[in-house]
Amino acid sequence: MSEPVATVTLTIDGVEVTVPRDTLVIRAAEQIGIQIPRFCDHPLLAPAGACRQCLVEVALPGPDGSLRQMQGPPGRMKPQASCTLVASQGMVVNTQLTSAAADKAQHGVMELLLINHPLDCPVCDKGGECPLQNQAMSNGQGESRFHETGGIKRTFPKPINISEQILLDRERCIVCQRCTRFAAEIPGDTFISLLERGAQQQIGIAPAADGEHGPGDLSVNGEPFASYFSGNTIQICPVGALTSAEYRFRSRPFDLVSTPGVAEHDACGSAIRIDHRRGKVMRRLSGNDPEVNEEWITDKDRFAFHYARTPDRLKHPLVRDAATGELRAASWPEAFAVAARGLAAAKAAGGVGVLTGGRLIAEDAYAYSKFARTVLDTNDIDFRARPHSAEEAEFLASEVVLTMPVTYADLEKAATVVLVGLEPEDEAGAIFLRLRKATRAGRTKVVAIAPFTSRGLAKLDATVLLTAPGEEAAALAALAERAGVTVDADTVVLAGERLATSTGALTAAADLARSTGARLAWVPRRAGDRGAVETGCLPNLLPGGRPVGDAAARVDVATAWGIDAVPGAPGRDGDAILAAAASGELGGLVVAGVGLEDLADPTVARAAIDAAGFVVALELCATDVTRAADVVFPVAPVTDKPGMFVTWEGRPRTFEAVFDVPGSLPDLRALAGIADELGRPLGFRTVTEARAEMMQVGPWDGARAAAGTAPPAKPRRLAANRFWLAHWKLMLDNGVMQVGDKALAATARAAVVRVSASTAAALHGASAVTLTGDRGEITLPVEVADVPDDTVWMPSNSHGSGVLAGLASPGSSVTVKGA
Amino acid sequence: MVSTSSTDGGAAPSTLTPVLTDNWDAERSWTLAAYEAGGGYAALRKALSTLQPDEIITMVKDSGLRGRGGAGFPTGMKWSFIPQDNPNPKYLVVNADESEPGTCKDIPLMMASPHTLVEGVILSSYAIRANHAFIYVRGEVLHVVRRLRAAVREAYDAGHLGKDIHGSGYDLDLVIHAGAGAYICGEETALLDSLEGRRGQPRLRPPFPAVAGLYASPTVINNVESISSVPSIVANGADWFASMGTEKSKGYVIYSLSGHVKRPGQYEAPLGITLRELLDLGGGMRDGHELKFWTPGGSSTPLLTPEHLDMPLDYESVGAAGSMLGTRALQIFDETTCVVRAVLRWLEFYKHESCGKCTPCREGTWWLVQNLAKLEKGEFRRDEGEQILDLLLDQCDNILGRAFCALGDGATSPVTSSVQYFRDEYLAHLDGGGCPFDPAASTAWAVREGVKQ
Repeated sequence: MSEPVATVTLTIDGVEVTVPRDTLVIRAAEQIGIQIPRFCDHPLLAPAGACRQCLVEVALPGPDGSLRQMQGPPGRMKPQASCTLVASQGMVVNTQLTSAAADKAQHGVMELLLINHPLDCPVCDKGGECPLQNQAMSNGQGESRFHETGGIKRTFPKPINISEQILLDRERCIVCQRCTRFAAEIPGDTFISLLERGAQQQIGIAPAADGEHGPGDLSVNGEPFASYFSGNTIQICPVGALTSAEYRFRSRPFDLVSTPGVAEHDACGSAIRIDHRRGKVMRRLSGNDPEVNEEWITDKDRFAFHYARTPDRLKHPLVRDAATGELRAASWPEAFAVAARGLAAAKAAGGVGVLTGGRLIAEDAYAYSKFARTVLDTNDIDFRARPHSAEEAEFLASEVVLTMPVTYADLEKAATVVLVGLEPEDEAGAIFLRLRKATRAGRTKVVAIAPFTSRGLAKLDATVLLTAPGEEAAALAALAERAGVTVDADTVVLAGERLATSTGALTAAADLARSTGARLAWVPRRAGDRGAVETGCLPNLLPGGRPVGDAAARVDVATAWGIDAVPGAPGRDGDAILAAAASGELGGLVVAGVGLEDLADPTVARAAIDAAGFVVALELCATDVTRAADVVFPVAPVTDKPGMFVTWEGRPRTFEAVFDVPGSLPDLRALAGIADELGRPLGFRTVTEARAEMMQVGPWDGARAAAGTAPPAKPRRLAANRFWLAHWKLMLDNGVMQVGDKALAATARAAVVRVSASTAAALHGASAVTLTGDRGEITLPVEVADVPDDTVWMPSNSHGSGVLAGLASPGSSVTVKGA
Repeated sequence: MVSTSSTDGGAAPSTLTPVLTDNWDAERSWTLAAYEAGGGYAALRKALSTLQPDEIITMVKDSGLRGRGGAGFPTGMKWSFIPQDNPNPKYLVVNADESEPGTCKDIPLMMASPHTLVEGVILSSYAIRANHAFIYVRGEVLHVVRRLRAAVREAYDAGHLGKDIHGSGYDLDLVIHAGAGAYICGEETALLDSLEGRRGQPRLRPPFPAVAGLYASPTVINNVESISSVPSIVANGADWFASMGTEKSKGYVIYSLSGHVKRPGQYEAPLGITLRELLDLGGGMRDGHELKFWTPGGSSTPLLTPEHLDMPLDYESVGAAGSMLGTRALQIFDETTCVVRAVLRWLEFYKHESCGKCTPCREGTWWLVQNLAKLEKGEFRRDEGEQILDLLLDQCDNILGRAFCALGDGATSPVTSSVQYFRDEYLAHLDGGGCPFDPAASTAWAVREGVKQ
């Protein structure tokens, strides 16, 4: 049982309110619906007391119990900043509503805030949603004594870039320090700070070292606000001082319609707000979900939404013309008929495999899962459009599906969080921010099994156990015995999806959790990954976590679907499906949202798509898959359909459609059309219907799949002068869902190779290196990091066609030479 | 600028009581040899061999020593706030960032007798059980920084600092840290931020420095003069110290006399002396002129007039007169001075030195300067004069007590007090022709160059 919360009772504007101890007066007032004007105050940032807008009159009970007004100088009521004052027992607060003096003090501060503000609201992006504008109306005066007395405003040159994406208008800034406090406290990216003093005080980036250029001049400083979370500063700016290159001058807030949504760029499930106008998304903001992302989102979640409006967006179905061999536009009914015919033939010619990728909403994933089992009669389905393993599939079935062992809140409570195969700043921004909050509060220690101390890990003050890729299983096995690391019931282990390529690692993570009582969560990269696990887009899992290998589970789902049986033979996984398609063993493929470069062997995958007898592709935009397909169905982006993503925690996150676009249909509608044509209807045609059926089928309450045993470790030998290649995808890289925003792309971290100091010494000071692997070579600038001597690191998809397509196969090694 | 010497300390308030300034006229007074020849470091040896830390705290408490940096908080009480059960190290930080306009006591003291301060630092650190002390000194006064560093070096060499001082088992390291010249860094929490290498801006309190100060550890911050007073208290006893001054304002202090006075300089006398007595000691106003207004403790203390000549200069009396004793920086202005011009210059200082953290000080000083400048030049209409003065006072009302730290409050003092005493003079600026004063007449070279007075 938890401790009862200690409380204090105070009186605000004559209303008694009881709040937990250490509550700020401004928060206590909110509890009873009293809004005190404020600018620098933000509930998720440490109090600053800088703007002085929230002044209130306060009296405290003295030792004899009588109330004593807080004064200073003596005899003069000294209004207190309610954003820094902690509520105490018996305190009596009078806000602007009941104290003329507090009201006067607030008016005074507001007047001062406005004297140097340009009052250019009519041309300001913030106009209409501006706390300064709004509170100047509610708590300010209509006339300007500064103007009347001929006051001269301080001016600055108009907006300056503090990064390629973020612009700063210093005239509008009221130096509340929300942005600098955010940067320092939340992501730890202290690239911006206060410069100068007095009325010249301003926000800026590191001043030029040469001393000749003014502060904040990005063109000469080259030290921009390089944060993955920089966009949040725009959102919390209480004036229009911070704007984005992407959105500024595009629309007025009162022209926008806001729809809540869920970010589709990672498995964090961050709440977002989508602001749109006339059928077009104009911007995205962070939603406010204290249980998930609080009020912060990544820049990718905020700015990367143009992919849905690119010129190569598919607008209508395509079928391959028998006469010309070219794809041509087709009607939906024709496409359904052609697809149905082709798939029936392919099924007869060996069967059809289904590759669904990781970006689907859960309802679409469910439709593919059911389509494979009821229409194609196969378990050959896999969502893992990336290197994967049978060990991973077993791990997902035995340890992950249907579980919710760890939540964001648990990350904050854990004494230790072990990260393995996961760089949270790059791969799961909301996890990173929550971990940073936890470590800053001093409650949580992060231990990372990683190839080097990344910037994110450094900001988490993590203990990094430097580990070459492939050695994670051994590192995990040794972890519990390691000095200085405690793994017990207060420990959370977060295992990233990359562990699939490290033999034995996932099993070792599960063993560690079992033997120590630690809680284990699996963190995939994509928004639809976890939903695909839950809905059975795996060769060994049916919807609701029912193991394919369990006859009772098969009967259960067949009964729910009203069919005789579901196929009982374990299916092929993604790699095996592609291999079978390439060899002609499989007659056809259904492919949805798969980027070939992401797969373990892009060349084999491409060959398989080409060789497959019949390929149905469901895609947003034209890709190598659609170009080779026989039938192509355009599918709706997340804005055009309701849906559900399941977070890495296992938390369902539903959202509504932003737009109602005729002809922009979810995957499940196309599948339903094909199924109807084949006489095996899916039983739903809309997301809502599919979700209802999913709920009805429900989770499996029988035995879970048994834990797998680690496959025998393959002997790993590194030839002389070769290095293990560690790599992961940076948050901002060449990913297809980031296309269309140049400013966002310009804030991506540079692609560099990281080598150890001794490797660098052997390179004799080369500033760039050429890595050569079994699939090609890549030349990039080199930096020294604390990577193990036998390892080099580079980002997976920040250069050329990426590591898997252009450099090396998963788990392989490379040579390094100076370039 | 050395005080006239006087031999018997603890005499009536009307005479000088040189203690801190006593050795300023000694040959090479800043050297260790000269300081020790005058009895220096005897208090340290006595304390380390015979006194427990708490006994020194009690002694300082009993002496009635109040902070000499301006606020006048009892020094011994401040020391006793240090939680001795806190596992973090304790720090002593000396605020030597003297930068209040008119205040010139710490810098001459450190220049003439740095060892007085160093001895005080050692005794005070010993009392609060600090093993690390800092003197944060204004960076512009490079000569003082050098002298302090030389003194610290001498003290280390003599075994007054370092490990196991004089076999007592007590260790102390003393660092001289040069600030970069920001008025705000004289505010104790801004000083701590600056000392930690950050931008100097005041911190939120609580936590107070006594609990979480330098590096979030218990920290005592004292003014140079306060710490320098400790050796004499340890040497002569609390009663000796308390025998000087008034009932609630005990001891001796340095009064810095500047402006239109014949012999400006530092005069060390008990609290409670009057300006009239000090002016007598300073040779009076310059010939042919009379006192118009003065500040009791620097520009942040509301200015006073000749009617306050016989007011005792102690915390209580000056407070009762609506001002503050502050740093006892007595800036003396005669009738050639335009009060509007003087106040504008001070406000320009505050505008320049506002750290920018809080709105009232940052924006308020910006606006006050604009209005004062226009007043000085007579750019308002005469018929709107009263209204402008009311606006000026209302601007001050919106700053005083609303700012984050006391510096914003201080900026309003010259404005409100000058309007209070010289309202007509402000209005006279609007009679046409701007300022009715000849600015040259108030200068030091006015007599020499024959400016008409």
